[in-house]
Amino acid sequence: MNRYMERTENVARFVDVSFHLALDLPTGAASPWGALIATTGDEERFTERHGVPEQRSVLRFLTFDRDYPSSVVSCLASARENALRSREIVSSEVWQSVNEAYLMVKDAEAAFATAPEDRAPYELFAAVKKACQAFVGTTYLTMSHDEAWHFGRMGRLVERADKTSRILDVKSYLLDVPGSRVPGSDEIEWAALLKSASAFEMYRRRHGGLDRLKVLDFLVLDRKFPRSIFYCVRKAERSLHAITGTPLDGRASRAEREIGRLHAELEFAEVEEILSQGLNAYISEFQSRLNAVGDAIGESFFMYEEVPPASSSSEE
Amino acid sequence: MRFDQYDTGDFFDEMFAAAGEPRAGAAVLARRLGSLDEADLLRRQQAAERLLLTMGITFNVYGAQAGIERIFPFDVVPRIVEAREWDTLERGLVQRVRALNLFIGDIYGPQRILEAGVVPRELVLSAASYLPPCHGLRPPRDIWCHVVGTDLVRDRDGRYYVLEDNLRCPSGVSYVLENRRIMKRTFPQVFEDSQVRTVDEYPGRLLRTLQHLDRRASERAPTAVLLTPGIHNSAYFEHAFLAQQMGIELVEGRDLVVSGGFVQMRTTRGLQRVDVIYRRIDDTFLDPQTFRPDSLLGVPGLMDVVRAGRVALANAPGNGVADDKVIYAYVPAMIRYYLGEDPILPNVETYVCADDKQRAHVLANLDKLVVKAANESGGYGMLVGPQATPAERAVFATKIQENPRNYIAQPMLGLSRVPTLCDGQLEGRHVDLRPYVLYGEDIWVLPGGLTRVALRKGSCVVNSSQGGGSKDTWVLRA
Repeated sequence: MNRYMERTENVARFVDVSFHLALDLPTGAASPWGALIATTGDEERFTERHGVPEQRSVLRFLTFDRDYPSSVVSCLASARENALRSREIVSSEVWQSVNEAYLMVKDAEAAFATAPEDRAPYELFAAVKKACQAFVGTTYLTMSHDEAWHFGRMGRLVERADKTSRILDVKSYLLDVPGSRVPGSDEIEWAALLKSASAFEMYRRRHGGLDRLKVLDFLVLDRKFPRSIFYCVRKAERSLHAITGTPLDGRASRAEREIGRLHAELEFAEVEEILSQGLNAYISEFQSRLNAVGDAIGESFFMYEEVPPASSSSEE
Repeated sequence: MRFDQYDTGDFFDEMFAAAGEPRAGAAVLARRLGSLDEADLLRRQQAAERLLLTMGITFNVYGAQAGIERIFPFDVVPRIVEAREWDTLERGLVQRVRALNLFIGDIYGPQRILEAGVVPRELVLSAASYLPPCHGLRPPRDIWCHVVGTDLVRDRDGRYYVLEDNLRCPSGVSYVLENRRIMKRTFPQVFEDSQVRTVDEYPGRLLRTLQHLDRRASERAPTAVLLTPGIHNSAYFEHAFLAQQMGIELVEGRDLVVSGGFVQMRTTRGLQRVDVIYRRIDDTFLDPQTFRPDSLLGVPGLMDVVRAGRVALANAPGNGVADDKVIYAYVPAMIRYYLGEDPILPNVETYVCADDKQRAHVLANLDKLVVKAANESGGYGMLVGPQATPAERAVFATKIQENPRNYIAQPMLGLSRVPTLCDGQLEGRHVDLRPYVLYGEDIWVLPGGLTRVALRKGSCVVNSSQGGGSKDTWVLRA
């Protein structure tokens, strides 16, 4: 449930950011819709069915396609199904927040089906984002922070780390060039990149001007930003230990070893090192390690939510 | 909303004594409804339906990709039961449940009532729901029917009659609780002015009823679980809801295992002993080693642990023998036999076809009677004589003669009506009432109940599968 809600929020945010970016880019600039599809990791699937990505088909695919498991409506349907199955565990408020989010998108789906030309569902994305954030808050405030809650949080953080890494992967062409200054013409895209991770304003507060290395540092290694990869891995590790009861400096299972190693590496990593091995290579290494963590957790606990990953290919 | 057009018809109307003359308890409500315009009432109805949807109080139809979901139709006009009426109902229900409980214990024990000839032995032993493996069972504190949902109706005379006793897994109480939450939001003012008794105690009472069954003298609070057939069961919402409200685990058969002579629940930290099971699966699915060997829903070996007194079931298995429709006819006699009292709540007059004289009367009057099969529910296996064709009546005449044990007949009742919002108008619709009774330390009746309403004009069938809906039931404090 938590993983699906997190995925929903990410998809909604990505679409929203791309929409704004598309309006800001000069005519003739590369369309953001292709990059957006790349972020999902499901390019092949998209191309097979819709061909070249353009606004309408991308929107439909990512929002209302019930055959695509990572579309907003599919994620919410799955989140709801999971909530239904654990309805006696989650609070009524949590159940209702998932249910309301689903019903909202379902209504929008019906409206979109009857008049697809009438209205693009942009207001919807803002509402979906808000609903997903409200879900996290409701979970935090209305449930005991016990085993079930930590399972949920762990799932959410693993999903989030994965999504942040995908954003970096897709935009690696911006980051992976020598020199650190951002040329003025790229500012819009850089800002969009940060906004894709809800990171723009917090980045400004932390680092001020746009700088390649600092952006990378912020999204991968920042210790306080809740969508940085480091932050997600560290907190996921804490939840795992809260569930098993193993002290944080102990490692009793494969899951604990895998995530502990990942945490330690991120703890001492530096941006220059990451760039020296190539960002693409670094990210795909990270993603396979993160999958290994997910597998190990799934092995240890039957309660862990198995969510089909967006297909694992991340090459552009 | 004007009531000048409202027709009370040839039935007992629960809100109006006569056209434009509300009954005492309904006066506040009638005044308030009268002051609303149609659009306003309709808006409230729609808001209530939307709430039901967002609260997820729905039926799921699985298989279809998008999952077809429907809310249990709900009508915003409540049904009012005055304090004095309720007082009688409450006493009548307590009396009836006490006698039924004694009857079940007697049947699976000494069978005194059969020796005495008060209930014919062959009728009891031939009941499909009589379970010989339950013989000799002594459930904790000799309580068999912990949760009872008795169906009541009012005839043209306005009097309440017991239509049937549900002693197995009566469902619907979650709608009572959720309907109430919705009504409080829909009509806060009139609710307050009407002095309605609360129904919110139910989950706490149910939990205490379950915990009361734990026989060990232990400091530790007993572990109770709710056993459900699973997410595809139509009452799954209720199972999850009650488990959540009581704070107990919701489990399926595969989550439980018999080990070391106890029932144990699988948890992330290993096995945990279970003391009480509130089971919402049928008797014969409980344990494939005792009952149906093909049951995948139950727990193998469960009944051995039950017999050893190391786990308690609510309700106890075997209760169905007392809500067989033929045995029903003898409940007034049971009350006299066990309690030495006159029944406070009457049965509907019932002819038992196994009796030669009564059968002859039934066969001669099929066009006036309603015939019911002994072990069917939900409106199946029924003949409504006055509305049936001669051919249909002939079919039932043959059935009755071939298997008289399986049939009873009752006169056709004219069920009471309550104003109901239909196409923007208030019209009278037929209702029944299912109050819920808990048998724990004492016998407690939830002050409220599920009012089911036949939404189709003229229909008396209140089942949700056949166009039925529900209303909130307001039991008044004074």
